[in-house]
Amino acid sequence: MADYRNPMLGSPLEVKVLTRRFDLANSASIAVYVAHEGYQALKKAFGMKPDEVINEVKKSNLRGRGGAGFNAGMKWSFVPGQTTKPKYVVSNADESEPGTCKDRVLMEYDPHQLIEGIVIAGYAIQSHQGYIYIRGEYRYLMDILDRAIEEAYAQGYLGKNILGSGFDFDLATHTGAGAYECGEETALLNSLEGLRGYPRVKPPFPALIGLYGCPTIINNVETLSNVPHIISHGGDWYAKLGTPNNGGTRLFCLSGHIERPGIYELPMGFPLRQMIEDVGGGVWHGKKLKCVIPGGSSCPVLTADEIDVPMDFDSLARIGSMLGSGGVVILDEDTCMVKAAWRIMKFYAHESCGWCVPCREGTHWLKTLLERFHSDGGMPDDPDTALDVSYNILGKTLCPLGDAAAMPMISILKKFRHEFEEHLKLGSCPYEKRAVNVA
Amino acid sequence: MAEPIKLSIDGKPVTVPPGTLLIEAAKQVGIEVPSFCYYPGLSLQGACRMCLVAIEKMPKLQTACTTVVTNGMVVHTDTPEVANTRKSMLEFLLTNHPLDCPVCDKGGECELQDAVFRYGAAETRFLEGKLHEEEKKFSNLVYYDRPRCILCFRCIRVCDEGMDVNAYGIGFRAAHSEIIPNRGEQLECEECGMCIDICPVGALTSGTYRYKTRPWEVTYTGTICNHCGDGCRTTLSVRNNVVIRANNRDHSGLNGEFLCVKGRFGWDFVNSERRLKSPLLRKNGKQEEASWEEALTFTVERLKTILAEHGPGAVAVIGSNRTTNEEDYLLQRFARTVLGTNDIDHHRTADFSSLVRALTEAGATDRYATIEDISAAKSLLLIGNDPTHQHPLIAYQIRQAVRQHGARLYIVNSREIKLRRQSSQYLQVKPQGEAEAVRALAGQAPAAQDLCAGGTGALTALADALKKESDTVILFGDEIQGQTVNDLVTCGLTLPGKTRFVALGDYANSRGAADMGLLPDTLPGYQPLSNEKARERMESAWAAKIPAAPGRNIRSIFEGIRAGEIKALLVFGANPVKTFGLDNAALTGLQLLFVAELFRTETAELANVVVPAASFAEKSGTVTNTCGEVQALKRTMRQAGTRSDLEILLALARLFGQRWTYQSPEDVLREIIALVPGYDIPLPSLLVGRAVPTHPEGRPPALERPDLVFSSRDSLFTSGTLSRYSWALNSVDEAKKPYGHAF
Ligand SMILES: Cc1cc2nc3c(=O)[nH]c(=O)nc-3n(C[C@H](O)[C@H](O)[C@H](O)COP(=O)(O)O)c2cc1C
Ligand code: SF4
Ligand code: SF4
Ligand code: SF4
Ligand code: FES
Repeated sequence: MADYRNPMLGSPLEVKVLTRRFDLANSASIAVYVAHEGYQALKKAFGMKPDEVINEVKKSNLRGRGGAGFNAGMKWSFVPGQTTKPKYVVSNADESEPGTCKDRVLMEYDPHQLIEGIVIAGYAIQSHQGYIYIRGEYRYLMDILDRAIEEAYAQGYLGKNILGSGFDFDLATHTGAGAYECGEETALLNSLEGLRGYPRVKPPFPALIGLYGCPTIINNVETLSNVPHIISHGGDWYAKLGTPNNGGTRLFCLSGHIERPGIYELPMGFPLRQMIEDVGGGVWHGKKLKCVIPGGSSCPVLTADEIDVPMDFDSLARIGSMLGSGGVVILDEDTCMVKAAWRIMKFYAHESCGWCVPCREGTHWLKTLLERFHSDGGMPDDPDTALDVSYNILGKTLCPLGDAAAMPMISILKKFRHEFEEHLKLGSCPYEKRAVNVA
Repeated sequence: MAEPIKLSIDGKPVTVPPGTLLIEAAKQVGIEVPSFCYYPGLSLQGACRMCLVAIEKMPKLQTACTTVVTNGMVVHTDTPEVANTRKSMLEFLLTNHPLDCPVCDKGGECELQDAVFRYGAAETRFLEGKLHEEEKKFSNLVYYDRPRCILCFRCIRVCDEGMDVNAYGIGFRAAHSEIIPNRGEQLECEECGMCIDICPVGALTSGTYRYKTRPWEVTYTGTICNHCGDGCRTTLSVRNNVVIRANNRDHSGLNGEFLCVKGRFGWDFVNSERRLKSPLLRKNGKQEEASWEEALTFTVERLKTILAEHGPGAVAVIGSNRTTNEEDYLLQRFARTVLGTNDIDHHRTADFSSLVRALTEAGATDRYATIEDISAAKSLLLIGNDPTHQHPLIAYQIRQAVRQHGARLYIVNSREIKLRRQSSQYLQVKPQGEAEAVRALAGQAPAAQDLCAGGTGALTALADALKKESDTVILFGDEIQGQTVNDLVTCGLTLPGKTRFVALGDYANSRGAADMGLLPDTLPGYQPLSNEKARERMESAWAAKIPAAPGRNIRSIFEGIRAGEIKALLVFGANPVKTFGLDNAALTGLQLLFVAELFRTETAELANVVVPAASFAEKSGTVTNTCGEVQALKRTMRQAGTRSDLEILLALARLFGQRWTYQSPEDVLREIIALVPGYDIPLPSLLVGRAVPTHPEGRPPALERPDLVFSSRDSLFTSGTLSRYSWALNSVDEAKKPYGHAF
């Protein structure tokens, strides 16, 4: 049985870039970091022009690890060079997507890697202030990060005139208060400003009008943690680790009904079937696979027939799903997909910020409908109604949370419609007794 | 001027200025895009998603309320996808909506009902239990019903952005989100009720209107608020001869949707149980009910006796700050020509006379600022006064000017007034230092070192900043009067552009009282009584003599009574005993004290004759706001037993044997238009509800003494005597806060 306290189980198939220092004793300390190439990339970056840094990141094909997969170098290049306003770098450490727990280990085992990435990003866009916005539940990581930041200040990697470059950069942590929505970039900015975590109307985009109305880049923890490696070894080297347009490696979080749940660093484009069978040790208890959520609960689900796919952004988009945040959730043959849909919708109905009508009312409707359908008996029209309601949410909300709720729902209603029909025919759940354990 | 933007909406070509929102562009070609959260003038939300439309080359539907038009944009609002989206947004809104329309105040004028009627589905597919929350009482005036709320956040924004009060926030999350007061369980705010008015549904309801009627069972009459001097248009809703609501229903006029707590709730004195319904005549030391005929005949007989025995110098008249221009005009005609006295005055709350004289002498009578000039100003200088309390509409328009187009507000005040939050420069001077600051700004006298906290440097900075502005609107309170008004005008006119001026006076017709000559030394239209030509002009119009010597001002009238020289005092719509703090003995020398009033005030209590006057809701006529804009009052209802001051004056004149031929207030108005300088205004504009600016020109005598002009410093919740008879104004906790409290 797996050791649940350590998610880094390891696999010979891993390609370790971000996690290369994880096995070292005291890996979070600045001494260990510096002894193992730490802050070398920063030195190198200071020898480059800011534009050259951005170009190197563009070349690397580093795509955002927060979910949307937007090209990081491109995002940085949207920040205006000429402006009288201050600029900001914000690291999104709100990690709340169900099935996702990779930023946590990146901050726990190698906080300086993130700090170095942030300072390089700051240099690239000529910002002098960064923030790490951490979800409230990651309290203990705040302590680790604050200690690391203190060390970095003490040794001159943060603060005034860093490494004699003449470049100043300050960094602070800020905690959320337990809202999934605060991971959405503009809601995060509001929350960081001390306002309620509602998203903002876009455009304007944060690159132009972000934190306190100033140009801001927001990147996921993992995205930024990659930056030192790209600068040290070059964008081309990084790009070649993955597939075309999908540079580097990625931390995949395997969970659910799998033998070896854990976090594995694998190259972009790693085949999903191999990930489940060889890295994760296959579906647990020798059960058959029913369904895979490939990138966090917001992604359309895949059936067992759809797992011959390389795990990169474009390949998953091609089959109508998403690589998302790297949370790969395995569901076995005994899973009731109606209940799974209800559980997912319960999350979104709880986390909807309540700002816009379709998401606020739609997620609540779907949640209560599914709850009744599963426990109190369904009506023949329910699946069609649920599908229609989901489509009425999709693409019509202010922020992507509405889509994130609708997409898995639509895929389940379409791909597992027969399970809804079975419930209707039986008048009860056919899986209730068969399930080994419902996570 | 930037090039206009050309686009097409549903095949119609549209040309609009750059920066226009798509929803507004559509409006211009008559295409309605439904919306709930969008509200012109308030920040954009993108929350209700009702306004989603199709734009070619965009992958998803876009919200018309947040999309700025671009050249060549091709928009469709009439596709099946758009129609289905509207239907589904309404379906979502109705999932947890109680649909208690039959008992909802808003039924019949509800934006949700209307939208469902037009764009919604006929049936529901939502089979689950609805979320429920008990109704909450936010204050005696504001109630909140969460199930009806569609979370459009208009209430939050109007309170924050419009009122700068920020009383509301959002509690909880997702489908359980609700509007909550920001400071504790109860509202703590200006109680203006803007939130109730702006709520598209029946979620926020009014403590005075709720459950009283269906909106179609009411008659609506547009009239003017009778409290402060700003002159907000309002619509009185009357059912069975009882006023039950006031709101500016069509958002027309100089206040748009704005009304303060007094305008929205403080009209209820009209319905008060304590209204006088019958004349009172003092018999054997006690006031007893009498008939109108009895009371008026007694008055006239007593007046005749006094006049015969002591001459016209023994009779004085005090007018009102709230009666109409027509009534004021007739009152001074009555005093001067029937009683033969110029001993007529009123409680002056601003020195309008000095402003008129200064502008006339400078040849600048085109420089009276209107309310619209204030909201459109790029630069504002406010000296003295606390408009948040004394002039809520003007405070609102100043905030609008600052928020909507970045106007700079400069303040000179001895108090920390709330508007300082909007100011670019705020010069706090020592108590009563406003006039000194003006004299220093005008270069008339150097400022003392202790005038303002930061030394006189701040004053210089203010002067420098003003010199860089143009078209500044200068507003001043009673702190500036007499010669200082002159200094201010002279100095103001040297500033770049067209400087304009407003003198801030307290009540609904304070300005009109001065304009109509309720003054001992000034004829209507600020013509000095000493000017023979002006006098003769009126004499020939009235076919009567006007005594040439100026009369007593209000302070001298009180002195004359004490000295036993004045034997009869007629008071119309004023409460001098309270306003001037007269002691009990002050009026005992009178042989006749006649009071026309709504209530048995301190002054009425002392009278021999009290007659019940009609309130503003019960009469027609015109009033002039503090900016000099004339607007029409319209009779809304009758109050049995009462008569308007106009009717009272006509009856008194008749009993004096006068053959006045006025049949209606309008007849008097026609005469005012013909005779009063500055009042040659177009009658049709007035009758369609416009605010018509006046440009008085005249050289009235200088202010006789400094204690004639003073403001009552009413708060948001007081309005002289009237507010004491308002349940609503006294029902809110905020009314008990110290004066000047800012929310
Ligand atoms: C509802 C919602 C929640 C999100 N939560 C997170 C999160 O927890 N962490 C994160 O990095 N990005 C999250 N995102 C994505 C961010 O909005 C943003 O795209 C991301 O931080 C950009 O960084 P990247 O380009 O490096 O991925 C979320 C988005 C949505 C719509
Ligand atoms: S989709 Fe709307 S309600 Fe849902 S989280 Fe985003 S803004 Fe809030
Ligand atoms: S109370 Fe009314 S105005 Fe306020 S959010 Fe609800 S529906 Fe909108
Ligand atoms: S601002 Fe003045 S005129 Fe307007 S509603 Fe208030 S009291 Fe009436
Ligand atoms: S009106 Fe556009 S989203 Fe509400």
